[in-house]
Amino acid sequence: MAKLIVDGTEIEVPAELTLLQACEEAGAEIPRFCYHDRLSIAGNCRMCLVEVKGAPKPVASCAQAVRDLRPGPNGEPPEVLTKSPLAKKAREGVMEFLLINHPLDCPICDQGGECDLQDQAMAYGVDTSRYSENKRAVEDKYIGPLVKTIMTRCIHCTRCIRFITEVAGCSDLGAIGRGEDMEITTYLESAMRSEMQGNVIDLCPVGALTSRPYAFTARPWELTKTESIDVMDALGSNIRVDARGREVMRIMPRVNDDVNEEWISDKSRFIWDGLKTQRLDRPYVREDGKLRPASWQEAFGAIADKVKAAAPGRIGAIAGDLAACEDMFALKDLMGKLGSANIDCRQDGSPFDPAQGRGSYLFNATLAGVEEADAILLVGAWPRWDATVLNARIRKHWLASGVPIGLIGADNPDLAYDYDYLGAGADTLGELAEGKGAFAKVLKKAKTPLIIVGPGAYARDDGAAVLALAAKVAEGCGAVSGDWNGFCVLHTAAARAGGLDLGLVPGSGGLDVAGMLKPAALDVLFLLGADEVAIPQGHGAFVVYIGTHGDRGAHGADVILPGAAYTEKSGTYVNTEGRVQVANRATFPPGDAREDWAILRALSDPLGQRLPYDSLAALRAAMRDAHPHLTETDAAPAAEAGGVAALAKGKGKAKAAAFARGTDYYLTNPICRASRVMGELAALAASGQGATGTDG
Amino acid sequence: MLADKDRIFTNLYGRGDWGLKGAMARGAWDGTAKIIARGRDAIIDEMKASGLRGRGGAGFPTGLKWSFMPKEIGERPHYLVVNADESEPGTCKDRDIMRHDPHLLIEGCLIAGFAMGAHAGYIYVRGEFIRERERLQAAIDQAYEAGLLGKNAAKSGWDFDLYVHHGAGAYICGEETALLESLEGKKGMPRMKPPFPANMGLYGCPTTVNNVESIAVAPDILRRGASWFSGLGKPGNTGTKLFCISGHVERPCTVEEEMGIPLRELLEKHCGGVRGGWKNLLAVIPGGSSVPCLPADVCGDLPMDFDTLRNLKSGLGTAAVIVMDKSTDIVRAIARISYFYKHESCGQCTPCREGTGWMWRVVDRMARGEAHKREIDMLLEVSHQVEGHTICALGDAAAWPIQGLIRHFRPEIERRIDSYTANAGAAPLAAAE
Repeated sequence: MAKLIVDGTEIEVPAELTLLQACEEAGAEIPRFCYHDRLSIAGNCRMCLVEVKGAPKPVASCAQAVRDLRPGPNGEPPEVLTKSPLAKKAREGVMEFLLINHPLDCPICDQGGECDLQDQAMAYGVDTSRYSENKRAVEDKYIGPLVKTIMTRCIHCTRCIRFITEVAGCSDLGAIGRGEDMEITTYLESAMRSEMQGNVIDLCPVGALTSRPYAFTARPWELTKTESIDVMDALGSNIRVDARGREVMRIMPRVNDDVNEEWISDKSRFIWDGLKTQRLDRPYVREDGKLRPASWQEAFGAIADKVKAAAPGRIGAIAGDLAACEDMFALKDLMGKLGSANIDCRQDGSPFDPAQGRGSYLFNATLAGVEEADAILLVGAWPRWDATVLNARIRKHWLASGVPIGLIGADNPDLAYDYDYLGAGADTLGELAEGKGAFAKVLKKAKTPLIIVGPGAYARDDGAAVLALAAKVAEGCGAVSGDWNGFCVLHTAAARAGGLDLGLVPGSGGLDVAGMLKPAALDVLFLLGADEVAIPQGHGAFVVYIGTHGDRGAHGADVILPGAAYTEKSGTYVNTEGRVQVANRATFPPGDAREDWAILRALSDPLGQRLPYDSLAALRAAMRDAHPHLTETDAAPAAEAGGVAALAKGKGKAKAAAFARGTDYYLTNPICRASRVMGELAALAASGQGATGTDG
Repeated sequence: MLADKDRIFTNLYGRGDWGLKGAMARGAWDGTAKIIARGRDAIIDEMKASGLRGRGGAGFPTGLKWSFMPKEIGERPHYLVVNADESEPGTCKDRDIMRHDPHLLIEGCLIAGFAMGAHAGYIYVRGEFIRERERLQAAIDQAYEAGLLGKNAAKSGWDFDLYVHHGAGAYICGEETALLESLEGKKGMPRMKPPFPANMGLYGCPTTVNNVESIAVAPDILRRGASWFSGLGKPGNTGTKLFCISGHVERPCTVEEEMGIPLRELLEKHCGGVRGGWKNLLAVIPGGSSVPCLPADVCGDLPMDFDTLRNLKSGLGTAAVIVMDKSTDIVRAIARISYFYKHESCGQCTPCREGTGWMWRVVDRMARGEAHKREIDMLLEVSHQVEGHTICALGDAAAWPIQGLIRHFRPEIERRIDSYTANAGAAPLAAAE
């Protein structure tokens, strides 16, 4: 700890803090542009200049460590002045320099209203300009379909460069030229390749980098901001949904150090145009092989006829990847009341069984716990695509500690950190389990090894055997010991952990997804937003699709009931580490569409099996009664060790096939597939230019 | 005037052999092993006692700088880096050392390297110095062949390797931390200090960056003794110094002289005096383009040393004396210097990036008279807004010439504005660029 005096108040702060942080501790406000908590210190904007007593010139407070300050001549604590005439004049000078070549186009600038330069010019600038020369004009650069550039506005703070280089881990952005001719660019004006490049829009303190899809559509003060949870992957990134009227206009990250820090992936950020297209806004009923619009009563009547005619064992339900816990709970209730055990939430065919305990299907070490690992093994997991924001955390940890990382999977693309490519599939994993190979020694030596098992390993028909091998590796290297549980399942579906928590797996004698999809297995099949299953030709079941988009599920449906997307309902989601988070409603569903739980509740009446809750609050209360851990929202989940031992006992022999990596990163769910932006990104990725999996 | 026996650079003009044989005949590499045998502390103490101040412009005591290096070599190796990126307009002393007396520099590198615990040294040569680099490399090759570098260099028991690195011609890479960045293969942009290079320098290891001249004089100081060196000049400004005189003198030259030699004596003894006689002198820039100019009336018996010039709000800098006679358009001259700093600003920090361009544009208009008188004070204020607010000293270097111009030649600017205003309408206004 070190003592210093800020504006006359003496405070004590840790000596490794920067002067800027220390001043903030003391309650003094320091303006800044280039400084950002999560990026390296550049010290180039000079806006944070303060006066340090005894220093010959003003000091950039962002770059000065408290420990480097010298005490006064008689040993008194160093004195910092943030409001002195010298500091004020220095800031005014810097502000004037920043503004002389900044265009006066605030009225047409998308950053207007949330612009650091605008705000700080009001607070720290002077009211007139003395600059009578011509202003500099800079040509705009193409840096990809997501980030629009108006480079004349750039103030060269280099936050974008530092983010792309340090956090995203690909050095696509840089500065060329010198002095006032310095320009930020991708050099050959190629698209940036990072899957989280959208964050530079938030980082840019001015309107130089703005969102291309959002351009000129709304002003920040018109938007209603709703705090919510992202469902594009299973991390449960904290987001803020900005809506105007009934429309979602954009999605921004919220800070949650335990989950997404301050970042979200491009998929989470730019998905919103998919919420507006291909939407199901009224019920449909299939007649003579064609879907026709129908009323809710007609649709419910058609379903009731079929359900009542079917034996309970010939009714089934599959919950999709984006479903909220409330919806799945209502679905499970309804199936229970109908007497059917045919229910499953594992669209990808993974073998997880809640009976083995939560520890068998969660990311036990927690997302933040990744930073405690001293060895990381990726099994069929490529976090850059499977959990983009988590990948940044792994990179951060790797940069800080040089943690050894190994990967087992079909290919070895660039993941933004170095790793040992160990092999393609179960054979390599088996060798590791037996303690063979150099990486086995690394794991053995590690005190807190982390084994991340991804969908490439478990989402296959020998998944149980592969998981058993992975669990054996974990047990063998002491990954599950004491208060450290390093066995981590990385889900990619936002609904999966919640579905498993709620027990959406076949009851005794029930059919799983594969069983339900066998020809003539069922008479009635409910799909709750399940679009990733292919219903084979001649399957014979009467398919009821409850969902949001006219996508794969709806195409094969006999009755379509229009549901609500994740921004249109309040729902509970459990992320891959078991963290329970509640998303809030930002807008209303379009047309006649309703929240999914309400549809199930309404449908339960004509089916003669009324569900006992009439409001979301009642449903939630029932759900939390049945599953008390869902009450603990936003809390860091407790790790359970028992599940891993149960997994390790799994039977069967793993096949030799390599752990395959998904190739359609931008098109994994119905909202993505309806999004023009995601389509563009997918095409860019496929063309080999831009964010691809083939450029490793 | 400096006696010939006190000269360190005895082949400054290249009349003798630059090679190892010639250098040894002139005394280089004499007793190097014995000097090193004195030990680190003795060498550093001797350097401190000599009063040698860094010859790169800032005048920081060299011995003190060497003493900042960690005493013990820890996990990180130590490095010596020699700044041969001599780019300051008017300065041409390191260039002559490298092409005519390279062995003085190489011997200095070995001794300095030993004194700071460095087994490797890098000489960062300015991009434009192609022949100089070739000559330096040839001399290093000679030294390796003679066993003066490499393992057990000069039989001193100290292993020392020396590498020549070629810059790409950016002025900013002469700033020590930008030089280190450039040496590491990055864009030449100055780093923030602290941490200072003696703690975190090249590749994050303890590093000392010295000017060519500071290193090249070290062997002679140690051979002849600190008292010899400190006996020259005056306390605080000791020894000999290479002066580079350019501009309106009869015979521009680089010459080794005693510190504190009066300016008029320097010009008249070595350069044949100011063109057209002393009375024809308008102004002098005493230390390379970055220091403020001084008008003729203070130049007479002006002692050329660090402290005197600093007290006159100018500086000795690199001792590159630029002489301007009365035919000089002083405002245009400073405007040209201003353009240089605008062009060489790295663009990293705001005041320099934006301010150098602003100052150049205004002073360029003033050179034509197309300005208001109130803009003179504005320009001065802008220059103060740049000075001392930047990461490195380039902002200061850009501000000082303009401050010097306004301090001493304000009436000339005003006259020019008046004359332009009086003739307004005679010729159509040129569109601003």
